[in-house]
Amino acid sequence: MSKSLYTPDLHEARTATAVLVLGDGSVFHGFGIGKTGETTGEVCFNTSMTGYQESLTDPSFAGQLITFTFPHIGNVGFNDEDVETSGSAANGLIVRADVTDPANWRAADHLNKWLIERDLIGISGIDTRRLTHVIRELGAPNGVIAHNENGEFDLEALKKKAAEWPGLEGMDLAKEVSCKEPYEWSETSWSIESGYGKLQSAKRHIVAVDYGVKKNILRCLASHGCSITVVPATSSFEDIMSHKPDGIFLANGPGDPAATGEYAVPVIRKCVDSGIPTFGICLGHQMLAIALGAQTMKMQQGHRGANQPVKDLTTGKVEITSQNHGFVVKRETLPEGVIETHKSLFDGVVEGIALKDKPVFSVQYHPEASPGPQDSYYLFKRFVDLVDAHA
Amino acid sequence: MPKRDDIQSIMIIGAGPIIIGQACEFDYSGTQAVKALKEEGYRVILVNSNPATIMTDPGLADATYVEPITPEVVEKILEKERPDALLPTMGGQTALNTALALDDRGTLERLNVQLIGANREAIEKAEDRDKFRSAMQKIGLDMPISRIAHSMEEAWNALEDVHLPCIIRPSFTMGGTGGGIAYNKEEFETIVSSGLDASPTTEVLIEESIVGWKEYEMEVVRDKADNCIIICSIENVDPMGVHTGDSITVAPALTLTDKEYQIMRNASIAVLREIGVETGGSNVQFAVNPENGRLIIIEMNPRVSRSSALASKATGFPIAKIAAKLAVGYTLDELDNDITGVTPASFEPTIDYVVTKIPRFTFEKFPGAEASLGTAMKSVGEAMAVGRTFTESLQKALRSLETGLSGLDEQEMSDDPQEIQNLLTKATPNRLLNIAEAFRRGLSLEDIHRSSKYEPWFLRQIETLVKMENAVREKGLPTNKGGLLTLKKMGFSDERLAKLSGLSAAEVAAKREELGIVPVYKRIDTCAGEFTSQTPYLYSTYEGNEWDTPVCESEPTERKKVAILGGGPNRIGQGIEFDYCCVHAAYAMEEAGYETIMINCNPETVSTDYDTSDRLYFEPLTVEDTLAVLKKEQSKGTLHGVIVQFGGQTPLKLAAGLETAGIPILGTSPDAIDLAEDRERFQQLLHKLELIQPENGIARSVEEAFEIANRIGYPVVVRPSYVLGGRAMEIVRSEDQLDRYMREAVQVSGDTPVLVDGYLQNAIEVDVDCLSDGKDVFVAGIMEHIEEAGIHSGDSACALPPYTLAEDVIEEIRRQSRALALELNVIGLMNVQFAVKDGTVYILEVNPRASRTVPFVAKSIDYPIAKIAARIMAGEKLTDFNLKDTQLKHVTVKEAVFPFNRFPGVDVILGPEMRSTGEVMGIDKDFASAFLKSQLAAGVKLPTEGKVFISVKDLDKELVKDVAEKLLELGFEIVSTTGTANYLQEQGLKVEQVNKVMEGRPNIVDLMKNGDIAWSSIQQRVFRR
Repeated sequence: MSKSLYTPDLHEARTATAVLVLGDGSVFHGFGIGKTGETTGEVCFNTSMTGYQESLTDPSFAGQLITFTFPHIGNVGFNDEDVETSGSAANGLIVRADVTDPANWRAADHLNKWLIERDLIGISGIDTRRLTHVIRELGAPNGVIAHNENGEFDLEALKKKAAEWPGLEGMDLAKEVSCKEPYEWSETSWSIESGYGKLQSAKRHIVAVDYGVKKNILRCLASHGCSITVVPATSSFEDIMSHKPDGIFLANGPGDPAATGEYAVPVIRKCVDSGIPTFGICLGHQMLAIALGAQTMKMQQGHRGANQPVKDLTTGKVEITSQNHGFVVKRETLPEGVIETHKSLFDGVVEGIALKDKPVFSVQYHPEASPGPQDSYYLFKRFVDLVDAHA
Repeated sequence: MPKRDDIQSIMIIGAGPIIIGQACEFDYSGTQAVKALKEEGYRVILVNSNPATIMTDPGLADATYVEPITPEVVEKILEKERPDALLPTMGGQTALNTALALDDRGTLERLNVQLIGANREAIEKAEDRDKFRSAMQKIGLDMPISRIAHSMEEAWNALEDVHLPCIIRPSFTMGGTGGGIAYNKEEFETIVSSGLDASPTTEVLIEESIVGWKEYEMEVVRDKADNCIIICSIENVDPMGVHTGDSITVAPALTLTDKEYQIMRNASIAVLREIGVETGGSNVQFAVNPENGRLIIIEMNPRVSRSSALASKATGFPIAKIAAKLAVGYTLDELDNDITGVTPASFEPTIDYVVTKIPRFTFEKFPGAEASLGTAMKSVGEAMAVGRTFTESLQKALRSLETGLSGLDEQEMSDDPQEIQNLLTKATPNRLLNIAEAFRRGLSLEDIHRSSKYEPWFLRQIETLVKMENAVREKGLPTNKGGLLTLKKMGFSDERLAKLSGLSAAEVAAKREELGIVPVYKRIDTCAGEFTSQTPYLYSTYEGNEWDTPVCESEPTERKKVAILGGGPNRIGQGIEFDYCCVHAAYAMEEAGYETIMINCNPETVSTDYDTSDRLYFEPLTVEDTLAVLKKEQSKGTLHGVIVQFGGQTPLKLAAGLETAGIPILGTSPDAIDLAEDRERFQQLLHKLELIQPENGIARSVEEAFEIANRIGYPVVVRPSYVLGGRAMEIVRSEDQLDRYMREAVQVSGDTPVLVDGYLQNAIEVDVDCLSDGKDVFVAGIMEHIEEAGIHSGDSACALPPYTLAEDVIEEIRRQSRALALELNVIGLMNVQFAVKDGTVYILEVNPRASRTVPFVAKSIDYPIAKIAARIMAGEKLTDFNLKDTQLKHVTVKEAVFPFNRFPGVDVILGPEMRSTGEVMGIDKDFASAFLKSQLAAGVKLPTEGKVFISVKDLDKELVKDVAEKLLELGFEIVSTTGTANYLQEQGLKVEQVNKVMEGRPNIVDLMKNGDIAWSSIQQRVFRR
C-alpha cells in the first residue's frame, strides 16, 4: 500500500493546487487529487456515505462533477470489483477531507492511484457542505475543476469556461457512454464468499439498450436467470428484435432525456407497440414516458443519494432507494392508460410508471442500487414475471 | 394507517435507578415517548422509581407513579389505572423484564392490557440465546459457535465444542453482568459460575471468541407495514472483546465498502423481521472478520437502547419518539422529520460529519478493581463529539470527557517495545491514549495493529495526529494561517497546542484569532444539507482555508437569550440529577420569554434533545469551546447571561474563565461559589455568623496534616480541596492511616491542599436545599440521612421530612441555612450539609449551586425548585412564586443504588467516597412504608420468611434487641454468632447459635452457601435508631 498522500508541512505556507470555479464566478480553493488538468461539468452533490467508487463509475454521472457530502472519501481505497462501467462516467470529484490511506480487506490500493488511472480530476479540502448549500440554492451550477501542482490558475479563463459550458439541458451524453457494438452479458450478482458469479442456464433472453448502463443492472438481470445482449443506444427496433428478446430493458444514462430521446424515443415507441415486456430505469424511464406522450423537465434540485424514500403506490410499501437524477417526468403530462406506480416521499415527484394494458413499466430511481439499499431488487423479479407471463 | 383508536390509555414503564448499563438514555427515550403519545391524545400512565428523571415530572404524563418497578407493584397500578396497552420498550431491560413477568403472572391477560411495541414472543426470541440462534440460522445468518449451559458440568462439556479462548454471556442480564472472556480453564470456571449466578434463568452462553474482529452496530426502525429504515451505522474503534458500551465508537461506519454495508443493512432488517419486532427501534450488533469480511451476528435488542440514544443524537432522528408513534399504529411515511419539517420520517438519515463517542470510567473509585475491559460493561457515562473529520471529532470527544485530557495527552509507559506491545494487547480504558504514546515511542503501525487489533485506518489517523504534535513540539506553533488552521481542523485544542508549543492556552487563542481562525457552526440536519434545516442543532468545526472564508450556519437570532451549560458525561457524583436541573433551567427560561441555548456533550441526556432548548450546541465543556459559542451568540441579540450553577462541577469550573472573557454569569456570583469552596474564607464567614463546623485545618504538607490531626484528634476526614462526589475522601483513624493517605492517595502541594476535618462519630447528617434571591430565602427541603455522618451524602439514604430530629433542631437548621444564603448572597439554589450531634448543629459543607438532591426535593414537596431558581437567577423575586412551608402529608425516602456487582473483588463498604450510580425514591404515608418502597425500588428483595442472620459488634448490641424482637414477631427465625446470640438470649429472645468461620463447621458461611439464610445483610443503619 502506498504511504499517506498528504502529511502537511505545518510550518510552510501552502499552495492551493486546485480550484473549483462555478459558472456564477465563485471560486473555491483546495488541493488537487487525481490527475492534473481541467474538467468541466454540472456540479451536483451525492449524499451517500458509502460507495464512492460505484458512483464515480456510474455512467449516469457523465457530464457531472460529484460533490461528496460525506467528508471522508477514499477510506476503503479502491478495488477492481466495485466498478459500474469500464467506460467513462463522472467528470470529476469534490471532497472535504484529504484522501486517506485505505482500510478494508478488499482494497487494492490508494484511491488516488485509481483516480489517476481513470483520468479523474478532483479537488479536496473545500467546504463541501457550503457547496452543497450553493447547489441547493442555485440548482446544479456548471463548474470547472482545475488541478495544477504549481498552483497557477487563470481564474478569469476558468470562470469564462464554466459560464460557457452549455450545461446538461439539451445534451445527448448517452451516445458517448454507450457501447459501440452489441455484446453478451452473463455475470451475476456479487457475494462476499465468491465475488461475482456466472449465469449457468438462462431461462429467458433480454436485450438491454445501453444509454449508459450500470453493470449491476445487468448482473441483477442475470441473477434472475436472464441471458442478456447489450446493444448500443442508437440501435434500431429491428436491431433489437434481431436478438430475439423475451424482454427489453431500457437502461439508465446521463444527460437530457429530450436530447437522447430524439433518436431513442421512436425506437422505444415501437418496443411498446410490439407488446414485448419492457422495463426502464432512470433515463430509460424518462424516455419511455416521452414515448408514451408525457414530458420531462429539469429539476431545481436533483435527487442524488442512497437514502431516498419512495412509495410503491401499488402496494403502499416504502422502499429506501438509490437515486441519481436531475430530470423528472411531469406528472400532469402522463397520458391516459399510464399509471403512476412510484412516488418520491421527499418532494412528491413521479418515481415510477406502468402501462395499464401492456407489460411495460419503469422507475426513475436505481433498483440495482450499487451503491445504496437493495430494497428495490423486487422490480427485477417483477420484470422477469412479466416476461414469463408473456411467453 | 392512522393511529389506533381502539386504545385510549397507555402505560410506560421507566428504567428505574441509574445503574451501569442503564443510564439516563432511558429518561431521554421515555420522556420522548410520553410526549409523543400525549401529543396523540392518549392518556399516559408512567411508572418509574427514579425521581431524578424528567419523565417523572408532574404534568408530563397524565398519571405518574414514583413507585418500585416490580411486577407486584406495577400490577397494582395496572389494576387501578386499567390502561388499554403497555409500552415496555422505553425502559431498558428493566421494563422488558417487568413486562414479561406481568405476562407470566397472567396480569396482562386478566386486566386485558395489550403489549405494544414488542410482543412476548419477540422479546423472548431476541433475549433467549437458544431461540435467537435458531432464528438466525433460519435466515441464514452466521453466529459464533456456541453452546448453552445451565450448570458448571454442562459448561465443561460445552467447552469441548467451543474451545478456549471463549466468551461467557449470562442470559437475561443487561450490560453483560457476570460475563467475560476466558483464556484458561481457571478463568473459565470463575466466569461461568458468576454468570450462572447473575442470570435470572441460571443460563450462560459459551461462545467462540471473535476477539479482535471489527464490531458494528445498526440502529433499525420498523413500522407495522414492514417498512424498515436504518437510522445509523456505528463502528467500534475498540475491536470485539470490549462491551460496546465501553468501546470508543464512531458513526457512521467508516471502513466498509458499500457492498459490505448493504449486506449488513439487509441482515439487520432480516433480523427484525425474523425476531418479529413489529414496530419500533432495535439495535443489531455484528462482528466482521477483518481478513475476509465474514459477518457474524452478535445480538439484537428489541427496544430503544443506549446506542439508539447515541444514534438519535448523532443523526438528529428521534428514534424513541418515532418508535412510540409507530407503536400506536402510524407508519413511517405518515410521520414528519422534525428537523427538516418538509420531509417524512421514512428515510435514512445521512450525515456529513463524523461522530465519536468515548465512554467514561470511574475505576479510581473502586480500589481493588482491575481497570480492564471485557464483555461486562463498566463505564458510567459517555461523551459524544461531532467534527467534520474523524480526527476533529476524536479530539473533541477526548476533551469532552473531562478527565483532564486536552487531546491525546502523553501517557506513562515503559520504553521497552515488547512491554508496550504487551500493554496494547490489554483492553483498558486508556488503550487509545496508549496507542498514541506507542507511536510517540516509535512503534510501527503494523506492530501496534498486531497488538491492539485496532483497524489500521484509525491507527493511521492517530499516527498523523502524533506526527503533527511532534512538528509543533519541534518547531513551535505555526505562524502561518494554513499550518495553524490545519491543526485546528484536526481537532487540536488551544490547550493541547499550548502544551506542545510551550505557550499558554490564552497565547495560542490570541495567535489563532489574530490569524482569523475561529470555528464555524454547522447543523446536524439528518440529510447532509440536502434540505434546509428548521432546527438549530449545531456543532463547531473549522472550515475554510487561506483563500476561502468559512461559512457559519449558526444564525443567531435578535432575541434576548440565556445559555445553560450542561454537566458533560455522567460519572459517579455528577449524573442525571444535574441534567434534570439543566433541563428545568431551559424550560424555565423559555417560560420567562428568553431564547434558550444549551451547551452539552452527553448524548444520553434530555438536555441534548433538540427540542429541550431553542438552540442546541453539541460541544465539549471547555472554556475554549463554550466561549466560542457564547461569543457567536453575542454577535446578535443580547446574551442575558449564562447559567453555570446547574450542571454540577463541570460548568462551575468554567465560570471564572467565562467571566474574565466578559460573559455575564447569572445567579450567585462565581466569587461566592469560590468563597464557599475556599476553606479560609469560608471559616471567616462562619465565624461572622457564629456558626460552627467540626474542627478542621488545611494541610499543605504531610507534616501539617499530622499536626492538624493531632490537634483535632482522630478519627479525621481527609480530602483534597475542590472535589465532587468525595473523590479521594477518606476517614482516617490513626497516624499510620494518615501517613499512608498523604503518601499514596493524594499529591499534596501548596496549590492543592488537603482538607482535614474532625469526624463526628455517630452524628446525624442532614442535607438542606434552599432557594434565595439575596433578600428572601425559602428552605425547600430538609433531609435527614439514614446513614451516619461520614458516609458520602450521595450514598446515604435520606428521608424528607426528617424522621427523628426534634422541632427545635429543625428550626435551628432553617435559621442557619437562611443566614448562610443571605450572607453568601445566593441568587438561586444552595445546598448545605449539616451534622447534628447531641443537639448541636454543625456545618459540614455549603454549595451555592444545584445539588444532587434537587430533583428529589422538588418531587417530594411538589414545587419545581430548579425552575424557580433559574427564574430567580434571571432576575425574578422569590416572593413572585408565593412558596409556602407546608406540612407534607407523606414521607419520601431516597435510596442510593451501587455498582458493586460490576467490580468483583471490591469491598462493599460505604465511606466518604461516593460510589453510587443512581437513586430511587420511595413515597408513602409513613416513614416505614416509604423506606420499604425505597428498598424495593433499589432492587433489594426483602424476604418474608426464613432465617435472619444477625451479628453485630458490642457497641450496637443494645440497638439490635428491638429489631430482633420485631423480626421474631413477624415469624422470622434468628441466627447469630456467639456474642450476639448470648446477648439476645439474655434478653429472653429465641436465637439459634452458629459457628463463626474460625469456630468449626458447619459455620455461618456454610449456612449461607447452602441457602439456609434468607436475610443476612441487615445494614447497620437499620439498627441505628
